[in-house]
Amino acid sequence: MSERRIRVLVAKPGLDGHDRGAKTVASVLRDHGMEVVYTGLHKTPAMIAEIALQEDVDVVGLSILSGAHMELFPRVRQELVERGLDHVLMVGGGIIPGDDMQVLEADGFAKLFGPGTNTDSIAEYIQTEISKRWAAEEAQA
Amino acid sequence: MISWAENGNARFPETLEAIWSQVGRARRMGITGPPGAGKSTLVNELARLIREEESTVGILAVDPSSPLSGGALLGDRIRMEDRTADSGVFIRSMASRGSHGGMARAAVDAMDVMDAFGMHDVLVETVGVGQAEYDVVAAADTVLVVLCPGAGDGVQAMKSGLLELADVIAINKCDLPGADRLTSDMQEAVHLRTAGRDRWASPVVQCSAGKREGVDDVLAAVKSHREHLSDTLPDHRRQKRIQQVRQVVGEGLDEALWKTGGYGEQVEAMLCSGITPYAAASKVTQNLLKSAEENQSNELQA
Ligand code: B12
Ligand SMILES: Nc1nc2c(ncn2[C@@H]2O[C@H](COP(=O)(O)OP(=O)(O)OP(=O)(O)O)[C@@H](O)[C@H]2O)c(=O)[nH]1
Ligand SMILES: [Mg+2]
Repeated sequence: MSERRIRVLVAKPGLDGHDRGAKTVASVLRDHGMEVVYTGLHKTPAMIAEIALQEDVDVVGLSILSGAHMELFPRVRQELVERGLDHVLMVGGGIIPGDDMQVLEADGFAKLFGPGTNTDSIAEYIQTEISKRWAAEEAQA
Repeated sequence: MISWAENGNARFPETLEAIWSQVGRARRMGITGPPGAGKSTLVNELARLIREEESTVGILAVDPSSPLSGGALLGDRIRMEDRTADSGVFIRSMASRGSHGGMARAAVDAMDVMDAFGMHDVLVETVGVGQAEYDVVAAADTVLVVLCPGAGDGVQAMKSGLLELADVIAINKCDLPGADRLTSDMQEAVHLRTAGRDRWASPVVQCSAGKREGVDDVLAAVKSHREHLSDTLPDHRRQKRIQQVRQVVGEGLDEALWKTGGYGEQVEAMLCSGITPYAAASKVTQNLLKSAEENQSNELQA
């Protein structure tokens, strides 16, 4: 039978037009065997959460280089939780100062990646985290 | 639930059972054509028109999986952006996961789920590149083939077999040069196939989805095909379900014989004895048919 594949949503919230990082990450994750839905630019937090719901993704990855991450990231998180999607692994990247990373990582985000991160390490991180979750799910079932 | 279908999760068949009575109400449209012809743009515009008629729309967008990594970039959704904010539209992206096995089925399953959950119209988009992709759109009531000037000529479209599948042909990007030529080529091709025969002559409709022009004509052509089907629709659908059952049986047998049934070892032994692959295959088939017959007569006696 078909095997289960990791489904990822890569999204760009807000008015930020820098999409090179998001596209790079999306293609690298694809190369690592994941099924990646890319939303394109200018999504509201509600739209992102709605797409995550319809696409039944395991991971939501946000990319912001505009500086608005402290406002937008928690709002996406909140919209996801409102839709019962708190189990989804949340990651992100872009221009995010270290202090902000710590705040966000304490607030529901699994991990954030800054400029220059090796993209393969992002894929490996997601793979490890999701395998853990799936193993836990199976143990429960 | 759609994910269960994709992953071959055992919970899917049971759940389908529970909703089966609700399946069969939606109108199903399959949209295919060469890469970049404007399928997603057209689907988005069609969905907009259908929404104006107060119907809900489910969209299934199938993109190819990478043959190397098995991963996929699912990008059709980008063209359907303005539908995302609309709660009457449900969009799901799906990767083809290689042309072999399961993909066509999971796509049909996903259409069934959207149908059961009350979508009035279900649209499935897929790139017209391979058999599995054809199988998906063929499962729809109406198949819409989208072509555009520049992306190969009419002869290629005929060669690829896309036209045999088409109930409606949309010539998109009519704002570009070459559209009239392509349109008359296609009309000619349809005429050649249908002249003097009692069968549906696929209308060839011009549109520019990117400019929101002519999309209403495309929808009208789809509706006229649906009317043409009307009485035969149940039969039409049943024929397609037979195909589905056949495929699932095929996969089940494959699994039972080769993965758990030990046929691999038997065949290896036969080949070691020096017979040809065809002789081995013929032996296997005959054995199977014989035991099937024996089972049947046992059942009759019992
Ligand atoms: C290229 C670039 C542009 C290009 C964008 C092209 C494009 N289509 O993307 C152009 C010229 C258009 C541009 C415009 C602007 N830019 Co500019 N731009 C850059 C620049 C030089 C590089 C960005 C880049 O593409 N990096 C390459 C990618 C691969 O890296 P990345 O995005 O960081 O991604 C990595 C990680 O962050 C992480 N990651 C990123 N996303 C995600 C997502 C997930 C899910 C995960 C897991 C990881 C992850 O992984 C990636 C791989 O390591 C940066 C400076 C810099 N060094 O970062 C400025 C920069 C981002 N720009 C900046 C600014 C101010 C602007 C403008 C406002 C300038 C202006 N006044 O007009 C405009 C705004 C445009 C807009 N509409 O939003 C500032 C932002 C300041 C801030 N945030 O405080 C920066 C930081 C420059 C600076 N030092 O001031 N820009
Ligand atoms: N000139 C012109 N361009 C159009 C029209 N409709 C769509 N396009 C453009 O054609 C390109 C491809 O459109 P899509 O809708 O993504 O095509 P597609 O067939 O879904 O593509 P794939 O799913 O990748 O095979 C985009 O750049 C569109 O903007 C049109 O009517 N005229
Ligand atoms: Mg498309």
